[in-house]
Amino acid sequence: MVAVRDEAVGEAADGSVAGAAVGISGRGSVGDIVFRGFAVAAAALILVALAAVFIFLGIEGIPGFDVDEQHYAGQGSFLGLVVPLLFATMYAAVLALIIAVPFSVAIALFISHYAPRRIAVPVAYVIDLLAAVPSVVFGLWGAVALGPYLVPAHGWLAENLAWLPFFDGQPSGNGRTLFTAAIVLAVMILPIITSICREVFAQTPRLHEEAALALGATRWEMVRYAVFPYARSGMVSAVMLGLGRALGETMAIAMIASPKVVVSLFVIGTQNPQTIAAHIAQGYKESTPDRLSVLIATGLVLFAFTFLVNALARWIVARGRAK
Amino acid sequence: MNTTSLRRALVPGITAATLALAISACGAANEQNSGSDGEGTLSGTIKGGGASSQEKGQAAWVAGIQDANPDLSVVYEPVGSGSGREGFVSGGYLFAGTDSALNDDEGELSKAKEKCGADPIQVPAYVSPIAVAFNVEGVDELNLDAETLSAIFSGKITKWNDEAITALNSEADLPDTAITPVHRSDDSGTQENFTDYLSQAGGWSEKPDGEWPAGIKVGEGADGTAGVVTALQGAGYIGFLDESAARENDLTTVKVKVGEDFVEPTPEAAAKILAASKPAGLSDNDLAVEVARTTTEAGVYPVVLVSYLLACPSYENAEDAANVKGYLEYVLSEEGQQASADEAGSAPLDREIADKALELVSGIK
Amino acid sequence: MTDIDLSAQETELSHATLPRGAQWLVAIAAAALGGLSLVLGAGIVGAVAVGGLAFVLGYPLWALLVENRRSATDKLVTGLVWTAFGVAVIPLIWLIYMVVARGTAAISPEFLTYSMRSVTGDEQGGLYHALMGTLIVTGIAALISIPIGIMTAIYLIEYGKGSRLAKAITFLVDVMTGIPSIVAGLFAFALFTLVVGPGTRFGFGGGVALSLLMIPTVVRSTEEMLKLVPDDLREAAYALGVPKWRTITKMVLPTAVGGIVTGVVLSISRVIGETAPLLVASGFNPNMNTNALEDSPMMTVPVFIYTQLSEATAKGVEYAWGGALVLFVLVMALNLIARIVGTIFAPKTGR
Repeated sequence: MVAVRDEAVGEAADGSVAGAAVGISGRGSVGDIVFRGFAVAAAALILVALAAVFIFLGIEGIPGFDVDEQHYAGQGSFLGLVVPLLFATMYAAVLALIIAVPFSVAIALFISHYAPRRIAVPVAYVIDLLAAVPSVVFGLWGAVALGPYLVPAHGWLAENLAWLPFFDGQPSGNGRTLFTAAIVLAVMILPIITSICREVFAQTPRLHEEAALALGATRWEMVRYAVFPYARSGMVSAVMLGLGRALGETMAIAMIASPKVVVSLFVIGTQNPQTIAAHIAQGYKESTPDRLSVLIATGLVLFAFTFLVNALARWIVARGRAK
Repeated sequence: MNTTSLRRALVPGITAATLALAISACGAANEQNSGSDGEGTLSGTIKGGGASSQEKGQAAWVAGIQDANPDLSVVYEPVGSGSGREGFVSGGYLFAGTDSALNDDEGELSKAKEKCGADPIQVPAYVSPIAVAFNVEGVDELNLDAETLSAIFSGKITKWNDEAITALNSEADLPDTAITPVHRSDDSGTQENFTDYLSQAGGWSEKPDGEWPAGIKVGEGADGTAGVVTALQGAGYIGFLDESAARENDLTTVKVKVGEDFVEPTPEAAAKILAASKPAGLSDNDLAVEVARTTTEAGVYPVVLVSYLLACPSYENAEDAANVKGYLEYVLSEEGQQASADEAGSAPLDREIADKALELVSGIK
Repeated sequence: MTDIDLSAQETELSHATLPRGAQWLVAIAAAALGGLSLVLGAGIVGAVAVGGLAFVLGYPLWALLVENRRSATDKLVTGLVWTAFGVAVIPLIWLIYMVVARGTAAISPEFLTYSMRSVTGDEQGGLYHALMGTLIVTGIAALISIPIGIMTAIYLIEYGKGSRLAKAITFLVDVMTGIPSIVAGLFAFALFTLVVGPGTRFGFGGGVALSLLMIPTVVRSTEEMLKLVPDDLREAAYALGVPKWRTITKMVLPTAVGGIVTGVVLSISRVIGETAPLLVASGFNPNMNTNALEDSPMMTVPVFIYTQLSEATAKGVEYAWGGALVLFVLVMALNLIARIVGTIFAPKTGR
């Protein structure tokens, strides 16, 4: 703590108000020491909390790496179980991104550059509204309404696009597929990506845009040559945040897709790759301690994985800013 | 002025918090005077857990005994048979529900014996028909036998107009479309009993188990009974589920071949199974049976789930003993069995077996 | 940005342009095409798709013929952007319609005041127990997260600027935003399994799980608000010899209070609909339970929806939609409160 304070004081030279205050009135005041102590403790608590997540999941989960093979859902070993699950987790998230990103960018552009203001403001509100819908409601809607509705689309895809590995096979007759789940997932992450993209688009310096238009650029050329280059790192971070959310989403997938622990690209069939989160949600309720520790161990893997993805996202964004 | 704005925000916040607390202080409207007409004298709380297949039956029994004994609370946690047995052995549950009879393969019976100080009481309490439901347009009736069912669910038969099916259904107009068999993706007592039926009567190659065998690569997995119900909305689908759920959701069910007849899944037809089954108890306190899946007796429906209740012959705490005894007596009584039949669509126990069970249970002290 | 439309004038000066109102002509033609396909039996969805496609492709095509490639691309993108918007609102409207239409059918005074204790078959039950559970669990999460979150933000902005600890915390808060919700639930479950006993599921556990998800949002929004407080204010206070902690509590926080409250309310609305962590950490219970500290499961509205749906009965599905509507109204109400608070206390910083 002393070291931190010294650093803060050191910063006073750079004109930082915070440092200056410590220098002038911070020392000796009991109130200041106590208040500062609380602030530091709260911040440190976050560190502790994250460490605790790893530790407690570890204590409960590590036995799950090696229990009797009957607890690995017929996959024989922990790796045999977790590799397909991890694959499916990434696969579902990437599918959702493929659907969501073009829409999100387009809607963000719509709000920031295309729509008249009196439309743009309510649209922005409506998209934010989408973010507030609880995931279980999305799951309910996807399972009860969207899935059955998409059955003909499944048949069409299997008939006409079977040359793609995603659609090559016997299509599902009830819409309980990864395809439906990915669409719902896309709708769920759309508001996050949209709202961040919208903000970075709106921050494009007006001068850049006007200069482009003055040179005779059409609106699209202005967006392409003035807005996008400026917003690139912000867009990357938006996509990564969406990815993070999609990786951890549980209920929508658990309620919609018919699961199977399998590595497969086929998304419109009856056996859909099961994600880690959905696997936990469906398996936890009837679990012996051994089975539970396997589930917690898969949760630990999911946590470590999303941690890496998020850290990578921050790194990319930081690098983008530094340029 | 700034301080006041902070206060302005705080005051409504605190009001809202107190209001929330005040609201939560009062109970639910239907709990406040529930069962005030009951005259029973049992009081206290007993907790049990186990098979989720019994969940609806347990709900009916709990409602019945709580209505009769306003001061009694019975909690049944549908955590699964395995966890139920484990909880019973470790003392967390005073009674447990289990789909497969307690045995000593993993030392559970010895541990339970140690826990109770005597052979644990095990009685059948919940018998429920498992329906095989299907969705083929224009087909309202379908007859199948165990071998054909086995072949469908293992993926050996893939079309609705397969010879094996049409041979049993000369009148039905079966289409040339794919069959999608639906199984449970979770661990389930229904699945365990269904695969037990397939393996005893239909030459099923895998071991009967609550979890679907990983070796079978066809079909669609569905989570829970609700998952099976929604999956069956798809054309060409076939799956198995509790008969009451099939009835509730207007699903078309298969008639299963028994002897020379085809029997519809009804509680009445399922109720007859216990009388036709052989006792398989491991002690005098154990009324477990070996379900007669291969029976040829007319009018008996062999695809049933038989679920048991576990209890100790004696408890350290007299109140617990009285409550468990009272609860189990109610469950096994005609009234209790009728309650679960009404609410959960189960088959009332054969009275001869129920009376034997009642005799055992009434000895709890 | 939209008020500066130079492209039209530019094209007028140089070459041939589409007639005025060209987009309306195309729109009418596209609508006619859509109508035609409806008559031919394409169905409403098909007709709208045909009409929309005709417009999005037809208008740029015309521009390509009359004007030039660049103008055509511009019109194509404009069409696509509008289409994307149109397509994206479909699920939202559909969803809201279903929640409201099917939810209102389930809602009755009994539904809102009954629990599911001893409710079997077609008897009337309700979600009162779940509603109370949600309020309690979310309340616990808020009690844990708000102080920690706000104090952390204060540390980051007022004390730790640029220090290594602050950088690490900023990074970790970012990472925490990405914790999968089910992992938060598993953490609480694992923690209390060790502390209290195996299989512990209770209200407090759910609160802890939710607070893990809530803290980063509170930190984030508070941080943004504190950043908006002008340094002049702080400097003025320091110049008067006011101790730093009093400056923060008496000057900085009150100035930012509107934004902070908005952020906190929004973060509550984000966690109130969480299902997976509560399923794992607080479990389910048909009975009323208002004691979050007792080792007994506590029902919450999202879990109520999930369990009702798994009943596989018509009544269960109806109750699930009823629960969805209640949850939806709760979340909307919180959002509305956040917006009202936001406008009342809106910082006047000239942005």
